Amino acid sequence: MRARAFAARITEKFPDVKVDWMKERRLKVSTTADRIAEVGVFAKEGLGFDHISTVSGIDWIAKNELEVVYFIGSTTPGQEDFVLALSEHVQRSNPVVPTLMHVWRGVEYHERETHEMFGINFQGHPNQNHLYLPEDWNDLPPLRKDYVSPGR
Amino acid sequence: MTVQAEYSPDADRIMSVSLGPQHPGAGHFRIKLWLDGDYVVRSEPDAGYVHRGEEKMGEYRNYIQNVPHLERPVILDSSNILFPYALGVDELMNLKVPQRGQYLRVIMSEANRIISHMYFIAIQGLFLGHTTLITWCMGDRDFWIDFAERIGGARVTFAYIIPGGVRNDIPPGAIKKGLETCDWFDKRMDEYEKIFFQNPMVHQRSDGIGVLSRDDAIAFGATGTVARASGLAVDVRKDEPYSAYEDFEFKTPVMTQGDVYARSYVALLDMRESVKIIRQALKKLPQGPVRLKLGPQPRVPAGEVYSRTEAARGEMSYYIVSDGSPRPYRLKIGVPSAKNLGVLPHLLRNVHVADIPPIYWGLNYWPVESDR
Amino acid sequence: MVVAQQQKDGAFQLLVGKIDDVLQYAIGDPMRYLANWGRLYSLWPVHLETACCSVEIGAAAGSRFDMERFGALEAFGSLRQCDLLIVMGTVTRKLAPRLKLVYDQMAEPKWVIAMGACSITGGLYFDSYNVLRGIDDVIPVDVYVPGCPPRAEAFLQGLVLLQEKIRRAPSLSGR
Repeated sequence: MRARAFAARITEKFPDVKVDWMKERRLKVSTTADRIAEVGVFAKEGLGFDHISTVSGIDWIAKNELEVVYFIGSTTPGQEDFVLALSEHVQRSNPVVPTLMHVWRGVEYHERETHEMFGINFQGHPNQNHLYLPEDWNDLPPLRKDYVSPGR
Repeated sequence: MTVQAEYSPDADRIMSVSLGPQHPGAGHFRIKLWLDGDYVVRSEPDAGYVHRGEEKMGEYRNYIQNVPHLERPVILDSSNILFPYALGVDELMNLKVPQRGQYLRVIMSEANRIISHMYFIAIQGLFLGHTTLITWCMGDRDFWIDFAERIGGARVTFAYIIPGGVRNDIPPGAIKKGLETCDWFDKRMDEYEKIFFQNPMVHQRSDGIGVLSRDDAIAFGATGTVARASGLAVDVRKDEPYSAYEDFEFKTPVMTQGDVYARSYVALLDMRESVKIIRQALKKLPQGPVRLKLGPQPRVPAGEVYSRTEAARGEMSYYIVSDGSPRPYRLKIGVPSAKNLGVLPHLLRNVHVADIPPIYWGLNYWPVESDR
Repeated sequence: MVVAQQQKDGAFQLLVGKIDDVLQYAIGDPMRYLANWGRLYSLWPVHLETACCSVEIGAAAGSRFDMERFGALEAFGSLRQCDLLIVMGTVTRKLAPRLKLVYDQMAEPKWVIAMGACSITGGLYFDSYNVLRGIDDVIPVDVYVPGCPPRAEAFLQGLVLLQEKIRRAPSLSGR
């Protein structure tokens, strides 16, 4: 199974990386905010995951954590069907993570969206102004679990 | 002011202009432009005029209630935005969709791809000053809508592909009608080639405009027609055959120029392949049920899934996190327009103002889809 | 003396009223009818796409439904020359000030068609944090076209209803 092989290669290089789940064509690994850039560079240059697909945030309010997941596809022949999910956990009180724009150029707008939807601060990002929300939005970031939609 | 100082020693030369949201060249979307005379020196897209909070709404509704509002972001292509959602929920609930249901999913998805590409080519014709093409395409698009309406029952919002299969069986007569439409459309596409794609005027206006190299396409994460026009052969239908796509013969059209012309032409080649797939699927449609019975409030086991399909504009993906309750804990819609958004400011640099509409629309960017 | 004067004044008033009526029937009504008749077959919609209903406007402007035959063009001019604002679907909090700006720039007389469930009540997006529940708080609406999205035929019917409204407008100003 290829997912196991990829997981082995990542954990061999970075022993503290945790494997969350594996499927036939998917692999999710999680790491910390200070190591994610190194893991990202290895995933891109060592494993050939070069085609950013999307970036998602998750609010784990019970654990008091926020999670950022990068979904990275590949254009390397033979592994186009594989998607690597690279995630990091941060505390809800101080959600600061480094930007991965220097690894995958295309994450710029995805990170900007995650910033406004979850209030996660991407350090080193050139522009974190509101992209989708109105300019005068001064409430909680809407996709946090403690934000309740006004219609509900 | 900082921007002006950054781009020119004499800051007065640079003028900032706002294109949209009320502008024929940019509907429900705004591009901030910094111009030096007739040249664009820098641009910044300003999306969000149609941001409706689909992802937050998804957390308030159960998996079946989510179907109708999830197809609204891109009603041109409404089956294709539901396809990965249905695949993801199927995978989480471990459902084995019957073969006839899989075939009908493919038929509807490909019909929607044609409907969406027809709209794309029509407006591209308009932006290149070719009024015949918009009249033809908008009219011919309605025949494909007729076919889809026979199956799905609505003009644009079908809610046809649902978790567990498709909503209803194909009605009698639709197969014959579909095959007739395929035959007629093949001839029609030859005429599009003659009047538009081989037209020297169109070549003059779109060749070499807004060129995106293959390396940039990879770096920016471009998908769909944009990536395939730049020589990057990404097609989820081929890379990761889902549903019944393994059963059909088709190619992934790729062009290498990476300009506005290639992006439009790839859409036409895409439609040719879609017609092939629809014809094969209609001819060998298996018998049997079309969907599995699900309760009105299905319980989805806890887990995470990342599902993706090839929509008309590119890779459409869903990230669904379930905590075992009837509602998704997190529903991330990864739409192709948002994936191609980063390409726009890269292309709008050192181009003429007159080339902005073809470049913008050539990305097949649909603001409603991008904003969600 | 006083009574005679009053009678004289009353007769004069009556005469003025009669002349006013006569003028109203002889000139005012035909003028009003003529002006509004001139307006109703030359509606110029503003090209302001707000959301996904614009796809059905595209179809309505296309060669099968052809809204031009009802006297409304798919306009690509300045909004200063336009007199019809079709709100094509959802209006978000970010778009609402721009919608008002567009409406304020249009010259009188002007009419508004609210197309789709979202622009009438918020529709499917009643519990969204970024969607207005109907556009009545932003601009006045003349014709509502329900549907999600309305079919192209439904939109054309809304257009015909608006023309009926303009034809019966009580004043010369078209309102």
